[in-house]
Amino acid sequence: MGDIIETLHPLERKVIPFLKDNITLTELCKKTKLKEVEVMRALQWLENKNILKIKKDIQEVITINPEYTKTTEKGLPEKRLLLALKKSSELNEIKKNADLDKNEFNISLGLLKRKKAISFENKRIMITKEGERLLKENFPEEDLFKKLPLNYSELNEKEKKYYNEFKNRHIILTSLRKDRYITLTDLGKKLIKKDIGKDLIDSLSPQIIKTKSWQNKKFRKYDVKLEVPKIYPGKRHFVNQATDYARKIWTEMGFEEMKGTLVNTSFWNFDALFTAQDHPVRELQDTFYIKNPKKGKLPAKKLVERIKKTHENGWKTKSTGWEYKWDEEEAKKNVLRTHTTVLSAQTLSKVNKSELPKKFFALGKCFRNETLDWSHLFEFNQTEGIVVDKDANFKHLLGYLREFFKKMGYPKIRFRPGYFPYTEPSVEGDVYDPVRKQWVELFGAGIFRPEVVVPLLGEDIPVLAWGPGFDRALTAYYNIKDLRNLYENDQKQLREIKLWLK
Amino acid sequence: MPTININRKVFEKLVGKKLPLEKLKDRISYLGTDLEEITKDEIIVEVFPNRPDMLSEQGFARAFSSFIGIKTGLRTYKVNKSNHKMIIDSSVKTVRPFTACCIIKNLNFNEEKIREIIQIQEKLHLTYGRKRKKVAIGIYPSEKIKYPITFKALPPEKIKFQPLEYPIELTGKQILEKHPKGKEYAHLLEGKTKYPLFVDANNQVLSMPPIINSENVGKITEKTKDVFIEVSGFDFKACKICLNILATTLADMGGKIYSMEINFGNKKETTPNLNPSKMKLNLDYINKRLGLNLKEKEAKKLLERMGYKYLNKTVLIPAYRADILHQVDLAEDIAIAYGYENFNEEIPNISTIGQEDPFEIFKRKISNLLVGLNLLEVSTYHILSEENHNQKMNYDADVITLDNPASTEYSVLRSWIVPSLMKILSENTHNEYPQNIFEISEVFIHNKKTETNVEEATRLAVVLCDKDANFTRIKQVFDALMRSLKLSYKIEETKHPSFIPGRVARISIKGKKVAYIGEVHPEVISNFDIKMPVACFELNLSDLFKFI
Repeated sequence: MGDIIETLHPLERKVIPFLKDNITLTELCKKTKLKEVEVMRALQWLENKNILKIKKDIQEVITINPEYTKTTEKGLPEKRLLLALKKSSELNEIKKNADLDKNEFNISLGLLKRKKAISFENKRIMITKEGERLLKENFPEEDLFKKLPLNYSELNEKEKKYYNEFKNRHIILTSLRKDRYITLTDLGKKLIKKDIGKDLIDSLSPQIIKTKSWQNKKFRKYDVKLEVPKIYPGKRHFVNQATDYARKIWTEMGFEEMKGTLVNTSFWNFDALFTAQDHPVRELQDTFYIKNPKKGKLPAKKLVERIKKTHENGWKTKSTGWEYKWDEEEAKKNVLRTHTTVLSAQTLSKVNKSELPKKFFALGKCFRNETLDWSHLFEFNQTEGIVVDKDANFKHLLGYLREFFKKMGYPKIRFRPGYFPYTEPSVEGDVYDPVRKQWVELFGAGIFRPEVVVPLLGEDIPVLAWGPGFDRALTAYYNIKDLRNLYENDQKQLREIKLWLK
Repeated sequence: MPTININRKVFEKLVGKKLPLEKLKDRISYLGTDLEEITKDEIIVEVFPNRPDMLSEQGFARAFSSFIGIKTGLRTYKVNKSNHKMIIDSSVKTVRPFTACCIIKNLNFNEEKIREIIQIQEKLHLTYGRKRKKVAIGIYPSEKIKYPITFKALPPEKIKFQPLEYPIELTGKQILEKHPKGKEYAHLLEGKTKYPLFVDANNQVLSMPPIINSENVGKITEKTKDVFIEVSGFDFKACKICLNILATTLADMGGKIYSMEINFGNKKETTPNLNPSKMKLNLDYINKRLGLNLKEKEAKKLLERMGYKYLNKTVLIPAYRADILHQVDLAEDIAIAYGYENFNEEIPNISTIGQEDPFEIFKRKISNLLVGLNLLEVSTYHILSEENHNQKMNYDADVITLDNPASTEYSVLRSWIVPSLMKILSENTHNEYPQNIFEISEVFIHNKKTETNVEEATRLAVVLCDKDANFTRIKQVFDALMRSLKLSYKIEETKHPSFIPGRVARISIKGKKVAYIGEVHPEVISNFDIKMPVACFELNLSDLFKFI
């Protein structure tokens, strides 16, 4: 018991003196002059301490009909009429003094007559003996008004009588309201008889420390198990937390970051990557084209000429090419980049061959013309790495892939043949999903075709390349089923989501 | 990518061996086809677009059978002479200049074969044919045709025949307006004054490619035994390869191939030509690329398992392969036969230095500082609606628009970030306040000086939304950022229609205007159905970075 007393919060202390069986929340608020939330908090804490039980009840609440608000200030209409009658017998005077409208006047007149408080004699209104008595008594039912709003259960017998009368006259309104009331436990019954004391230190203040007044006082004990209100830290967006991690992996593996714009000419996004001009991926339903400015500029003539010839007849690449007529205007069309591979192409056109071998990576947003749904985004993150190395080969590609995905958190992966217009051989990578017990496609990879490398780099040097779709890889970690949730920016989700801990 | 449904019984018969389920699944994946589903009766696989020859039971089984070592090496197909001709009239030159064709006899159609043939035709149209734009295929019962056939073009109103699955005769124009296939493919003949037509010696219309066959001469039934096949298009080589794929597939169904002579007036050519093409193989190059050390004999065996023949350092490539442009394509097939799972993976010991882009590092430092100020980072799309970007902001930016947006909701590239963040706030009015958020991302502005005529800048937008979000609070955030970067700035009152007059400013650093800051106008706030004050700034980080 002593322990409990020491833990009592100031709010609990304010409530305890008024506790008794069946007292309602409303009554407690009135008595303690605390806000309802404060009383409720105190009651819940006390319930946790097994002092009381909170029960729900439906109460009939009585309030004044707003049409009769005058009544609270000036008294009941019939009282006002009676007083006015006493003062004067002149009808206009009476009406003025009573301050009643026509309707109220008539009702009050009828009422007083029924109560035999007045009588009509020779068309004059007279106050009867009963009327005099009422005036003397000063209409005790009026007191009920001053107490409103009240719960019906709080009325005494007499008040219940008045209540019925008022209700019939529509002076008061009633409504049902859910209320809470309490019952005390045995422990509670004991507690309310105890002296709960007042001299405990609640919050430690600079004043208390300065004056050392704590020395001869006790600290109120806290209930350390109590829930506290939530606070939220500032946070990086969870996708960006993960992209930062991918950057770390790439740099650890010796890769240098490539950067570039999101809007690119088709030349870089497609043609430089040996994607035929009639390839379906270049169609409007796959790629976002820009309306204004519709076209951009082509790079140096020499490079454009090489790409053109490579497409048309293979140029010096020893390929047959696509054997069609390459259209410069098609290559000028601006698109939102569909893959980060555009950066690889641009990098290859700039790289200094004397500095090889080199490794590069890219990470950023790419775009596909998709209608948003749970498994498709029109804007998504992709990451990509290339290794430019005269001695690189297919075995190295698989080695790098294994290592990269191990670091990304996929210890079990497998490689199978794939197809991309710009790589040969091409690889599709599956990761093993231990929950669904099956292989799930995660990334594409390959060695760039000579038709890509030779025009850009001037020489047939193997370039290993791979690019996992990044967003899909995140969903498992964050337990997100609908891809749209990645960029929904729901504040609650952003505040509550788990940190990226890799 | 296209999927094909394969009848398992037909498939196993064609392959010549029945594999246990797990092995079958495994081998299909390692051949380079995505296994979608496998049931008792059916196999559904996704075929990569470089292998149109595998878009049928026959083609897939042929490749698979070689791969698992049952029927390896180059398949030869006998081509007989039919003595029938195809006459190309000069009128098709600008409409649809080429066709390759042949006759397949002895097919003895049944329901299953009709299904197979419809499937391969559909899949080839969709992929290799680029939805009939590049090539279109027609298959007709040969017995109804009086040879020779003429390929010519006529004005649409002069064309009249009963199209397939249609009750009455229609003109060329009406077909495009009324027939379901006509409506679907009308765009392929758009703007043409003449439409192409195959007509036989009795002047019967066979079809109007690439739209529809005729009901009378263009319908395969279970009574059909021999078929005439044509592939028309703009690229003769593509037409011929497509015909080769069809002819070999139908031969694998049991048909006999008969060639036809195509008469272009000034030149003649006989199709199909199923002679293999040749490519020199440089084994050193292949070994270097794959990291293997294959001997000639081993390479020969692996090539045979992919359906090639190897002779005198030369690879003979089957006439149905459309994808062999360069030796690297052979390298891949050798790798597939070798087995991707059999390569010894290795990481070469080369030293390179990892380096993050310095601007990315800068962005991260800024983000971390803002997180320390209790701000929540958001990540929004670069694309939004013009309504959100301009109208709701009371603003009239000259935005860059998409040519083919998926919806008006996402149709313009933003020129500032604040509208995206206002949209986020409008979608979060049910959540707890304060909602103090920021984003670092790209914006797009017209600029004739760049390669694309678009300039992209990286900006930081900070938006405070709370009952006491005001100019002082947002300026405090800005000021804290500048103090941390040890940059001094000049701030001057300005006008901006999205902000409250007298509470918006332009900020410059070293004479360069880098940011707007202010309290958002209540009209703008209401336009987004937000009920809380909003204060924000947007700062050009690309410019700022130059001062660091």
